[in-house]
Amino acid sequence: MDLLKDIVLFIMERKKYWLAPIIVVLFILGLLIVFGGSSAAAPYIYSLF
Amino acid sequence: MAKILGIAAFYHDSSATIVIDGEVIAAVQEERFTREKHTEAFPIQSIKYCLEEAGLTIDELDAVVFYDKPMLTFERILETYYAFSPKGLISFLKAIPIWLNEKLFFKKQLYDGLKQVENYNKKKINLLFTEHHLSHAASAFYTSPFSNSAILTIDGVGEWCTASIGHGKNNNITINKEMHFPHSVGLLYSAFTYFLGFKVNSGEYKLMGLAPYGEEDSEQTNSFIETIKSILVDIKEDGSIWMDQSYFNYATGLRMVKDKKWNKLFGFSRRKEESDIEQHHCNLAFAIQKVTEEIIIKMAKEAKKITGSPNLCMAGGVALNCVANGKLLEEGLFENIYIQPASGDAGGSLGAALAASNMYFKDPRILDENKDQMKGTYLGPEYSNKEITLMNRKEKAVSSYYKNFDDLIEEITTKISSGNVIGWFQGRMEFGPRALGNRSIIADARNPEMQKKINLNIKNREGFRPFAPSVLLEEASKYFDIKKDSPYMLFVAPLLKTLRKNNLNEDKNLSFWDKLYQTRSDFQAITHLDFTSRLHTVTKSTNEKYWKLLKTIKQKTGYGMLINTSFNVRGEPMVCTPYDAYRCFMNSDMDYLVINNFVYFKKDQLDWQNKEKWKIDFNKD
Repeated sequence: MDLLKDIVLFIMERKKYWLAPIIVVLFILGLLIVFGGSSAAAPYIYSLF
Repeated sequence: MAKILGIAAFYHDSSATIVIDGEVIAAVQEERFTREKHTEAFPIQSIKYCLEEAGLTIDELDAVVFYDKPMLTFERILETYYAFSPKGLISFLKAIPIWLNEKLFFKKQLYDGLKQVENYNKKKINLLFTEHHLSHAASAFYTSPFSNSAILTIDGVGEWCTASIGHGKNNNITINKEMHFPHSVGLLYSAFTYFLGFKVNSGEYKLMGLAPYGEEDSEQTNSFIETIKSILVDIKEDGSIWMDQSYFNYATGLRMVKDKKWNKLFGFSRRKEESDIEQHHCNLAFAIQKVTEEIIIKMAKEAKKITGSPNLCMAGGVALNCVANGKLLEEGLFENIYIQPASGDAGGSLGAALAASNMYFKDPRILDENKDQMKGTYLGPEYSNKEITLMNRKEKAVSSYYKNFDDLIEEITTKISSGNVIGWFQGRMEFGPRALGNRSIIADARNPEMQKKINLNIKNREGFRPFAPSVLLEEASKYFDIKKDSPYMLFVAPLLKTLRKNNLNEDKNLSFWDKLYQTRSDFQAITHLDFTSRLHTVTKSTNEKYWKLLKTIKQKTGYGMLINTSFNVRGEPMVCTPYDAYRCFMNSDMDYLVINNFVYFKKDQLDWQNKEKWKIDFNKD
């Protein structure tokens, strides 16, 4: 619940309403994705995410 | 009058800092405890140590501050993928699960992490977040000796921001200007780090160390500089840059650059890690170093223009580029320059805590115009004689105990001057990447064999890498052309012309290794190929024991100077505990180890030739 509240507040504060549907879709996707481990990208890339 | 815990975690270089009433009480990187370099893990042990040092529990804290705003980072990630779509699908599929599974639940992660430190009342926690570059800015300004200063922060990226110019006045910081992702000086430098075969986010120092081997004014070097500036990056007058993303891959890919395009651009392919270094690699390193210096100087000029302040504070990973810092000093744009010694993300916990103390709680700022507030960076754990004795017993270590520290120094300086390499472990551990005389490997700077010996036989690292000298502040101007002290090894200074020997870099017939092993000065190991050194000036007030050691070595050799490199081997975090130090000593060709007043001679140790017994395989950096 904390997270949902934070996301709503964040979208309103930043006025990035167009992000809302993307985040909703991502959450649904998130349920389907088999969650991987942490970043496997190093050492070829700076830890951008 | 606030008690604040700062936390940096989840990306790289996790750390914790505790600040009470505006004073930095303790700060430490988690890698020192977990022994995994640049770890991103939640800093459980660092927080435990900080609380112990401050004598506090989590419930007694007025605030816990995280050094970054994860929601802004998530926004940047989504907008970047959207802007580049349909490119970047693979990278997207890697990044998003990490966010949906872990990082987006940052508050839960923080609360859970704190639970692993100790039990606490969640309702009592005042959890705050500072922006990444404000954390950097605060880490520099609030520890500086200035009440009014321009602030320049430059790093890879934090949320959207990649560089910022701010103005610090007393308790307040205003950010005046920002540069945003994907245009980033840090990422530009990291792209070249990658292309030249070093690891991103740890090999940047190597690239900087390699640059002086490049041939200044050679046709190839000049053409590299021209190519970088005309094709890869457009440098504006205010120091901001615009990077042509068609040559880079980091925004949506899993590598820093588009290898094929770079091959075509520079005429050679990406150097494979650990493969031979050739002259064109050095020339390219030289070229990007020059371009980086130009950008930083332009940014500093802009900071001066905006703020009008005679002082400059700097932080962010790029501020650790001590060669560029040396050039900035030479430019004379500012009367005073202060650089946060833990400028990388580890310093984020310190900045976050200080930002909260000064800007949120409005605690009176601790300011001394004559010295900074970093306490020499000696903000980490120290160990008692009892703990060392227990380690000795457990590891069957053979040592001599000196009741009188002066006798110990007398003995050790004799060993140093006769060519021995010493592991030197005293007092509280340094915070930040530099060893400043409490967790250092030291040796005689006059010995021409030392660079080779320490690089190859002790630290197991690339032979070309230079060493820094520790020098008595009062002696520094006898050897170096320096305009100010350099207590944190953050400025490069040229050796006086009268002390220089052959300029080998002008001899085009010499190979890379020939250049390295020919005489450059009487202090071969600490004189880089371009006759510069990354200076560490030492004063009695910051580190009395180390100062005494340098004083005594001066009496014995005539020079108040030592080689000083961090106490670790390649890929290993700096040693933290007496056991870490003993294990590192036994696993390398160090001759003596000193821990507080205990002295260990290698050949006295049981089974001393069996280095393998003490070996830990660290990932090479």
